[in-house]
Amino acid sequence: MNAVPLFLTVFVACAVEAVEALTIVLAAGLTRGWRPALQGLGAALAVLAVITAVLGPALSLLPLAVLRLVVGALLAAFGLQWLRKAILRYSGYKDLHDETGIYARETAAARSAAAGGRGWITDWYAFTLSFKGVLLEGLEVVFIAITFGSSQRDVGAAALAAVAAVVVVAGAGLVVRAPLARVPENTLKFAVGVMLTSFGIFWGTEGAGASWPGNDAALLAVVPAVAATAGLAAMVLRRLREASTAPASPAQTVPASETAR
Amino acid sequence: MKARLRAIGAFWYDFVIGDDWRGAAVVAAALAVTAILAHKAGVNAWWLTPVAVLAALAWSLRRAVRAQRRSGG
Repeated sequence: MNAVPLFLTVFVACAVEAVEALTIVLAAGLTRGWRPALQGLGAALAVLAVITAVLGPALSLLPLAVLRLVVGALLAAFGLQWLRKAILRYSGYKDLHDETGIYARETAAARSAAAGGRGWITDWYAFTLSFKGVLLEGLEVVFIAITFGSSQRDVGAAALAAVAAVVVVAGAGLVVRAPLARVPENTLKFAVGVMLTSFGIFWGTEGAGASWPGNDAALLAVVPAVAATAGLAAMVLRRLREASTAPASPAQTVPASETAR
Repeated sequence: MKARLRAIGAFWYDFVIGDDWRGAAVVAAALAVTAILAHKAGVNAWWLTPVAVLAALAWSLRRAVRAQRRSGG
């Protein structure tokens, strides 16, 4: 299979998570100081590197069919979560992810938190805020990169995509010095949800022992089918939401004088 | 220690399964049936998992919308 879909999926997924991590690191760095925030970032990246170094080669040892069954099931379940959230956000049934709002809340909390360090860490609050944010968002990056890379037997391309996404987002953050609120996060999450679910279905089915008509070319039907179904669901739910929240039109509103008759 | 283990378990549950466990259950069941059909009955049921996963998505969305309507959202 071509490495381009693999690279693009991992790149976009990792970029979305990196945007969320950047918001937290910026909140810690700009309000409490860059040293502890960068220490937290470095410590989280070190933990993520260890997890990747252990899990990556371990997964590569599994037989391809078993790996694709397990990874397919995980990716399909994981992708469904992303799709569900993106559709509910698009249709107004769930609040949009607001980087500016999150940044404001995090900076307010960071300003009011007590100061104090431990050992070589000068500010424990900024360190843990940055560490936790990067670790939690980074785990999703590692999960996606490792599962995609090992199932495709191309961990190098997946790792390159993940690193490229982090570098691009970090570079943009350095330039802007503010949360990347203009990134169309929900649209990107929708696209990633489609890709995760589609690859999960594809690899899971292969791992279970069934074979796709047209082999790898079947992905060209699976991805559009998942995208079309999810897009249709988003449109239907949005219309339902608009219909349920729209004020009654004058024609539908019966004046009191009418009801009195 | 127990509380920490529970927190780790809750984190991984939320990470992979999320708000609606039914989606993950449908995925697991569909793949299990696909494997049984392929290995025991010799049936190439490639169509089963896509249909089941998309049905699970619709089901999950329906439940989420209904739950929000009940709560007045």
